[in-house]
Amino acid sequence: MSTNAHNFPAQLPIPVEPRTPSFVGGVRKKSGLGLPPPRIAHEVSKVGLSDICLSYRTQSGERLLALDHINLQVKAGEFLCIVGPSGCGKSTLLHLIAGLHQQTSGKVLIDGKRVQGPGTDRILIFQELGLFPWLTVGQNVEFGMKMKGIGKAEREEKTSYYLRLVHLSQFKDSYTHQLSGGMRQRVALARALATEPDVLLMDEPFAALDAQTRDLLHDELERIWFETGRTIIFVTHNVREAIRLGDRVALLTFRPGRVKREFPIDLPRPRILEDTHVALAAREILDELREEINRSLEVEYNVGVKPRVEPGVEQQ
Amino acid sequence: MKRAARLIIFYAALLGLWTLLAELKIWPPYLFPTPWGVGEALYAGFQDHSYWIAIAVSMRRVLIGYAISVVLGMILGLGVGSSKFLEETMGGLLVSLQSLPSICWWPLALLWFGLSQNAILFVVIMGSLLSVTLAMEDGRKQMPKIFGMAGRNLGASGFQLFWQVLLPASLPFIVSGLKQGWAFAWRSLITAEMLYLSLGLGQVLMMGRDLNDMGAVIAVMILIIAIGYVIDGLVFKSMERHLQHKWGLTSST
Repeated sequence: MSTNAHNFPAQLPIPVEPRTPSFVGGVRKKSGLGLPPPRIAHEVSKVGLSDICLSYRTQSGERLLALDHINLQVKAGEFLCIVGPSGCGKSTLLHLIAGLHQQTSGKVLIDGKRVQGPGTDRILIFQELGLFPWLTVGQNVEFGMKMKGIGKAEREEKTSYYLRLVHLSQFKDSYTHQLSGGMRQRVALARALATEPDVLLMDEPFAALDAQTRDLLHDELERIWFETGRTIIFVTHNVREAIRLGDRVALLTFRPGRVKREFPIDLPRPRILEDTHVALAAREILDELREEINRSLEVEYNVGVKPRVEPGVEQQ
Repeated sequence: MKRAARLIIFYAALLGLWTLLAELKIWPPYLFPTPWGVGEALYAGFQDHSYWIAIAVSMRRVLIGYAISVVLGMILGLGVGSSKFLEETMGGLLVSLQSLPSICWWPLALLWFGLSQNAILFVVIMGSLLSVTLAMEDGRKQMPKIFGMAGRNLGASGFQLFWQVLLPASLPFIVSGLKQGWAFAWRSLITAEMLYLSLGLGQVLMMGRDLNDMGAVIAVMILIIAIGYVIDGLVFKSMERHLQHKWGLTSST
């Protein structure tokens, strides 16, 4: 709880000027650090990954290096997107930050303190969501607060607040299987937000959705990010999605996963997925990504010939 | 409605055949009673309260025994399901023990607990414990891993993680095992009661044998079947249906 952005719900909702989210939640101050994007300033990173390595033994017994000296700093209130070909270990990286797995070496730091295990200051939204089918939507959202020992009245108040935030108020008593994919996605978001984590970790959350629903959820996620001032680390294989949402995009290499390059995204918000600036920025990242995708395909199909990837075509 | 009609026809034919065989007097009536002979025995048994008492005593025993084996089975099953070492060692032992009819424990139970209620309970527990344990172990393995991770991620740990996440998450996978455990508990109880004469349905059944009253024997058999069926239908079927509805496994409303 390092910022007043988490005091509930005193300054919520905050009126938002779409192009200048810098004042939101008191987290992002105007900065002179010259770091992209310049509106974020914090001496101690919210999330710090230093020399993270992860290796494991495959079934055939050989040792596989999945992550190789990952170094990343994420500032409070920043929206960082991580892209990379499938199998580069980007989901694994989120699991490490969430404390659900243990890295082989290196450190995960939150506010400079070492992560020892799972904690409600970091909530991961799984790719498969992991909503509890035996609970109603409301009970799902309430779950994290219940674990934290928050009283019933406050739980109820916050549950309805966060359900309103994701526009699911009428579905409080539904079971998750009764909802559409996009709605379930929003339940997962509300459940994660309701525990009021400083850091939100999202693992390809919109990959399985149709384009319209995804566009809508991009808008909503951006709005919620403005309103709550959370730090978000968002993993995706979709470069344009990363540019649509991120303050910064980090590109991981294929096996072992290394940070190949970081791209600051200085485009004004809200960005539109079809915008030319987005497409141009995507082109630059895709050029770098293409090499990694080719390598991953080579391994996957086990062929010597590099499959041709059409320029500008995104790997889905 | 069609199904009901078929059922009525089937049972009517069955009763008709029974009546016919009894009326042919191939066997003396005390060996092969008529349906109304059994009906009379049932009526008499409920009239003098002996059946009510027997049902109450048996139900009490089976409920205590079953409850204990569910609790023990959950602990054992979770342990075996979550430790590789226990799975390799205990797992095999449990499976092989399951082929042992629980009444084989009766002599040991008598030695350990004496001719008492506890001996019966022991046999009941040994009858159902293994089914419950194996079902729990299986449920733990079949349950999608994501639920455990999501639970830990949201701050659940220790007993809370088990009670609020792991147990409900594995319930659809263990409910059939719980049901099987119930059936074993019920059978073990009746068997033990037939050997140890102290009230209960098993004893009433043996009393019919001693009195050469096959009407009473069949009447108690019908009671035993009926109770087992009703519990299965009322408790376990509705539990299954409820779970399937909640999880969205069926399209029922």
